[in-house]
Amino acid sequence: MTAGPIAIVGAGLAGLRAAETLRREGYEGKLTVIGDEAHQPYDRPPLSKQVLTGWVASDHTTLPRLENLDDVDWELGHRAVGLDLAEKKIVLDDGRDVPYDRCLIATGVRARPWFNEAEAELDGMFVVHTTDDSRALRTRLAAKPKRVLVIGGGFTGSEVASVCRMLDIDVTLVELAPAPLSGALGGVIGAIAADMQRDAGVDLRTGVRVDAIEGDERGRVAGVRLSDGTHLDVDVVVVALGGIRNTEWLTGSRLAASALGIGCDAGCRAFDGNAIVTDDVFVAGDVARFPHPIYGYQMMTLEHWRNALIQAEIAAHNMISAEADRRPHVSVPWFWSIQFEVNIKSVGVPTIADQVVVTQGSTDDRRFVAAYGLDGTIVAAVSFNAGRYLEYYERQIQEAAAFPPVLDEVGQATGDDPVPAAFPPQSELTNRPTVVLTGHSPTEMRVERKFPEE
Amino acid sequence: MTETDAPTLMDQITDEAARANPWPLFEQLRETPVARQPDGTYVVSGYAEIVALLHDPRVSSDPNKRPDGGMTGGGIEPAFINTDPPEHDTLRRETTSFFGPPHRPDMVAKLEPWMHETVNRLIDGFADREQIDVVDDFAYPFPVSAICRILGVPPEDEPKFHDWSGALIVALGLRMHPEGHQAEFQAALKANQEMTDYLGALAEAHAKDPGDDILSGLATDKGPDAMTMESIKSTARLLLIAGHETTVNLISNGTLTLLRHPEHIERVRNEPEYVIRLVEELLRFEPPVQMVPNRAALEDIAVGETTIPAGAPITLVHAAANRDPRRFADPATFDPDRQDGVEGQHLGLGGGVHYCFGAPLARLEVQIALRTLFRRLDNPRLVEDPPPYRPSPVLRGPVHLPIAMDGVHPA
Amino acid sequence: MRVVVDLTLCQGYAQCAFLAPESFKLSGEEALMYDPAPDDAQRERIMRAVAACPVRAIFTEPAPGADA
Repeated sequence: MTAGPIAIVGAGLAGLRAAETLRREGYEGKLTVIGDEAHQPYDRPPLSKQVLTGWVASDHTTLPRLENLDDVDWELGHRAVGLDLAEKKIVLDDGRDVPYDRCLIATGVRARPWFNEAEAELDGMFVVHTTDDSRALRTRLAAKPKRVLVIGGGFTGSEVASVCRMLDIDVTLVELAPAPLSGALGGVIGAIAADMQRDAGVDLRTGVRVDAIEGDERGRVAGVRLSDGTHLDVDVVVVALGGIRNTEWLTGSRLAASALGIGCDAGCRAFDGNAIVTDDVFVAGDVARFPHPIYGYQMMTLEHWRNALIQAEIAAHNMISAEADRRPHVSVPWFWSIQFEVNIKSVGVPTIADQVVVTQGSTDDRRFVAAYGLDGTIVAAVSFNAGRYLEYYERQIQEAAAFPPVLDEVGQATGDDPVPAAFPPQSELTNRPTVVLTGHSPTEMRVERKFPEE
Repeated sequence: MTETDAPTLMDQITDEAARANPWPLFEQLRETPVARQPDGTYVVSGYAEIVALLHDPRVSSDPNKRPDGGMTGGGIEPAFINTDPPEHDTLRRETTSFFGPPHRPDMVAKLEPWMHETVNRLIDGFADREQIDVVDDFAYPFPVSAICRILGVPPEDEPKFHDWSGALIVALGLRMHPEGHQAEFQAALKANQEMTDYLGALAEAHAKDPGDDILSGLATDKGPDAMTMESIKSTARLLLIAGHETTVNLISNGTLTLLRHPEHIERVRNEPEYVIRLVEELLRFEPPVQMVPNRAALEDIAVGETTIPAGAPITLVHAAANRDPRRFADPATFDPDRQDGVEGQHLGLGGGVHYCFGAPLARLEVQIALRTLFRRLDNPRLVEDPPPYRPSPVLRGPVHLPIAMDGVHPA
Repeated sequence: MRVVVDLTLCQGYAQCAFLAPESFKLSGEEALMYDPAPDDAQRERIMRAVAACPVRAIFTEPAPGADA
């Protein structure tokens, strides 16, 4: 086992779980955890649910510590601004270095801000990602705004809309795709989510985007103009357009870091820019871009709670294990969302599927399971208020079972035929680097990455 | 003696002689975790295998879907335990709406003070005795009072249920060896009819003058999932029987286990939360429900190397799986501290959509019963070990559990 | 106390919501919302919930057994 020191960059769920795992597995050396927020590691999912409803205070989601972490150097409220692979050190924003023998990068994502900076500065504009964001939005919701506009119909946006309806607040949700949740679950399931929202009284507008947000003379949000020409009076806007991976700080580091995440192997070891796996740099959580054997070793990044947890445990274990004892991160992805009194859970990766079929239950009752297939093999499943069955589907996915699953005699099978899953096309990332090869002889050849102009 | 005449392992397990100590037989059973029986039933005793089947939509609990028609009460509307989704989900949800969250979230937790009073009153009654029968004097009366209160059965009618459910449980235990027991089956049918008629009359009385109990709720509900009177009667019958037969055995099994392992008694007395983990370990170690013999495969189901064919009856032996060494370290050791986390996860209350309906009530009752009993009894000790057992291999527990003591401390 | 529930494991058995209703609430019939910072006075009820969870999805600080 390494004598250390070990540095963990990122003090969220992944960073905390990695620290706990290191201590639990017997690492006794110096351990530093660096986090840019001045808070002990805290849990994010409640921030878009029971904190917004007012039941739980925004600073009450500090995560329990499952191991003794007294002997850890907590560098909270300090941002990492660089990583020196050769010198093996993390550089902090105040100029200090944190040397490491092994390090783990778990810097997560930040909320994507509204693209128009002037509009983003208006009083009444919110994102929901940090405890401070959540407190600010909760305060505004408690004051009973006239109308909330949610921009983005992904999971977070839908959860915010759900809370608004729970608080009897008028809410409009604007989503560019034909249905909410369609980016993650496809258009067929998205259509069910759309019905769910409308039944709850959400003013759902799909196939449109927000062109402009207007402020009043006091710099407060007053209205919005949509791309179909509609104008709405709103006083609160929640921007729920996903996250940006916190990888910019690694631009000069020669690691394989980009907006897509930090490339790593199945043991969570980071690749450098030449796609050579490093010895001492590990990655876990939302920033990790890793190959998944069940999905043809496709590289994927997941913004899932459980992925952060499991990957952090594996990365930490591998950081202090002999080669023969390393474990791969191959578990099937899981996800959940709570909205409109429905427990939505998914297992696997729906986005690679070409077909979907409702296998159990009733979509009208919002109590069903649907399976996803790719080329006749099951790759994912989603349940609405039917979570006890997903373990069966997980096993089917692990065993690359045939799609659709044979459930004809099962009383609650719907008898539906598979249909195209209708995932909307992925939008182009604007800041993906172009990769070029440089050098003349084999020993000189290297990969150089040219980043687009800002 | 031909191969088919020799008693199978399951024959031995279900034989009354095995009741006091079935564990060596379960160990043999686990050698073949999915074992086809001569009659085509598949007996499953491995932990991972049972968990997989409990969450598999292709496994049915509805006897009407079995080619052999299963073993039913005959002509009586099934309660949710014997139905599959979607009917199951509607029945169970409707019943839950008068018992727990989201509609009645406080119902069980609010009973805690009443439970303490009831348990202490029963124990106060032991003050001048040197010996009690834990079953008759404690483990039976307490859960029966609790379920009658929750269901809306007046306390003065409780003695009727002792005889009725006794007859039904005897018949349940004999179903696997029905030969020569016609008298018991007749008695069970009569008890079933009398109990059902009684519950129907009670439901109608509550409909006119409702309380906050489950029967009043079911009888007065006008919502979309409201039950027919036939369903109300069979649901009430299920809750009544399940609500005490199982909990009685958990309290008796728990008392017996503590007296066999007295090193835990001090911890129960001195560590307020120890009994919480202890009751979970009891559910693993001496579960009151040993097996569920009423499942069937609706499609071919591959479990490990074996395929259970569509139509085959399935028996899940939870008690054997609870001591599966592939899952539990030192499975034959009674160790409540293992219940701190995922290592302790057991099948004592089942799993999947049919997970025990009354589980929170049972847990609270047994935690309070055992902690109070062992705090207040002075030098409790077994009089006979093993005690005599009820014949049922499904609902296992002592029929009497005599214990001696030196006195009773005040509450 | 601090509590976190692994909602990936949660299948809505609701034992927690029965046994510690101030701290665990169902939203609809299966979704769980909970208080991650309950009062220490809720400790016994929360320990009941932790032990009763059939999928052992509830984690706390202090951990169970800390009263020993």
